[in-house]
Amino acid sequence: MQVTLAIKRFNPESDKPQPHYEEFTVDVEEHFTVLDSLIKVREEVDESLALRCSCRASICGSCAMRVEGHATLACKTKLISVMDGQSKVRIEPMTNQPVIKDLVVDMKPFWDKIRDVEPWLQPQEPEPEDEYIAPNEAMIHLTGVMGCIMCGACVSDCTVLEVDPNFLGPAALAKAYRFVGDPRDDADKHRLKELSKYTGIWDCTRCYECVEVCPKGVAPMDRIMALRDRAIAAGFDGNYGARHTEAFSDLVEHSGWLDELRMIPKTFGMFNPLSLGPLLGMIPIGLRALRRRKLPPIRHKSIPGVKNVRRIFKKVEARK
Amino acid sequence: MKYAFFPGCVSRGGCPELYPAVLKVCERLDIELEEMYGASCTGSGILQEKNEFLGDTLNARTFAMAEQMGLPIMTICSTCQGVMSQANKRLRDDPAHLAEVNETLKEEGLEYRGTAEIKHIMWIMVEDIGIEELKKKFVRALPDLKLAPFYGCYIVRPSWALEFDSHPGRERSLEALIEAVGATVVDFSGKTRCCGFPILTINEKNSLAMVANHTSEAQSLGADAMVTPCPLCHLNLDSFQPKAASQNGIRIHMPILHLPQLVGLALGFSPKEMGLGRHIVSPRRIEEKVAEAAKV
Ligand code: SF4
Ligand code: SF4
Ligand code: FES
Repeated sequence: MQVTLAIKRFNPESDKPQPHYEEFTVDVEEHFTVLDSLIKVREEVDESLALRCSCRASICGSCAMRVEGHATLACKTKLISVMDGQSKVRIEPMTNQPVIKDLVVDMKPFWDKIRDVEPWLQPQEPEPEDEYIAPNEAMIHLTGVMGCIMCGACVSDCTVLEVDPNFLGPAALAKAYRFVGDPRDDADKHRLKELSKYTGIWDCTRCYECVEVCPKGVAPMDRIMALRDRAIAAGFDGNYGARHTEAFSDLVEHSGWLDELRMIPKTFGMFNPLSLGPLLGMIPIGLRALRRRKLPPIRHKSIPGVKNVRRIFKKVEARK
Repeated sequence: MKYAFFPGCVSRGGCPELYPAVLKVCERLDIELEEMYGASCTGSGILQEKNEFLGDTLNARTFAMAEQMGLPIMTICSTCQGVMSQANKRLRDDPAHLAEVNETLKEEGLEYRGTAEIKHIMWIMVEDIGIEELKKKFVRALPDLKLAPFYGCYIVRPSWALEFDSHPGRERSLEALIEAVGATVVDFSGKTRCCGFPILTINEKNSLAMVANHTSEAQSLGADAMVTPCPLCHLNLDSFQPKAASQNGIRIHMPILHLPQLVGLALGFSPKEMGLGRHIVSPRRIEEKVAEAAKV
């Protein structure tokens, strides 16, 4: 069969470097991966096409790129699975990372952020003479994160990184969980304190993009949520993120559903001088909403049978 | 056609125009609703970050109530839908988990048997009613409208919870409905991205930057409005649009429609009846185009 690859190209050494799409039509076999077809283009049509690959078996993590608008490993993605009856497939370099040439991006910012979370064991006790002994149950929850092959797909499609390049991002935060969750590591307090700051765990929007695109089932967002829980439990609960979660939980426990009007002051803290700015900033928005009657009810009634909801909260929280 | 109606918090809170619009639209579509007054909030993914088991228990309680009513659940929010779909999948796939949850529900005389069906009104219109049947009820075509679809994260991700494989066409339901009212779909890269609402009170700057990006992209592509099945997205994209525009130093005027409002307009309701006047970004342009369409 034939397929047309619409490849986003960029050559910094050309006279007028400008990203542009170039189409290549090639004969492919039914079983071809996206990578197979790209290699064919490079070998048979245009040897200047730049791309990275090595293992061709979803192990090395070097071939991540965007196929039909989503980041993925080119060697893991069957052409047929993305063609959807069409004969054209759009291939672009990863986003949120500077493009060096064609499909090759600069991974330096990626590695810098991995380094920022101190991805090494920091035990307090002196090292054991032989190996560390850790019980199976204490390590099993880490096998998922350990599967990360550092491909950068999650970083490419992260919605927060699109607006704020300072965000540590899904891969680095998943890596942070790998050490916070490790029973041999004793730096949890230090790690969670750092992670609770701006650029850390509370800046994630919970959009699931990273979970969806990760080729290895690392589920970075789920790890970020686990870190939030651990951070609150470790006492790092003064930031807006933790306060937001606690306020939401309290309000639902109290009435069975969300009282939005009380959510904002409860998150910011009515008597917290630092919160004056954000609270005042909400006033014009509140006034506009008032004019349009686009406001939650002032009197928020509990749902019938709310005592059952409260009982569930008590019982389940105690179980934890 | 009858459903247990789960309105969620925001359709009666920050987006109070949505709830009455849904009731009107459902009545005209012969969708009978029995509201689940005793059901709690789904946890919205926020409770789940602290305690997933708690979230699953609260949702199992709602599912058990629907089983007792003998009805599928109808949601009107992408976030409610996604959070409930995820909980349902976990409970169905893991009998031990389900048993543990039921242990807590027992005291209230409830037990979840794992049979609940949960459907967003968008899916109900496309799958249960069907586009062709729906079109028969439309009294007005809106061919002059160019509309940009905006799904909301939880109705498109994570795919493991949303049964796309067993429901072909589900992933395109919003576009299908925009086409059904006769309008033109404006495809844009923000379509399945995050509106930024979850971090509004945590990192307002980033949240508003997302609002500015999506609304200005839709505007630059010539959209008259964006359409969303998620009231949380609506809240951020509409209420916070003026602030987002001034933060990013750009001019944006992008009206945001709730999906049921759009369907309501095609069914013959006036913009006023659909509560369009309660939006922050004035949808006057839409109102004018609807008035012209009515004359035909
Ligand atoms: S869930 Fe969080 S970390 Fe993952 S892509 Fe979305 S914003 Fe980024
Ligand atoms: S978490 Fe997944 S997507 Fe992200 S770098 Fe690791 S393997 Fe790649
Ligand atoms: S070439 Fe190694 S992961 Fe694709």
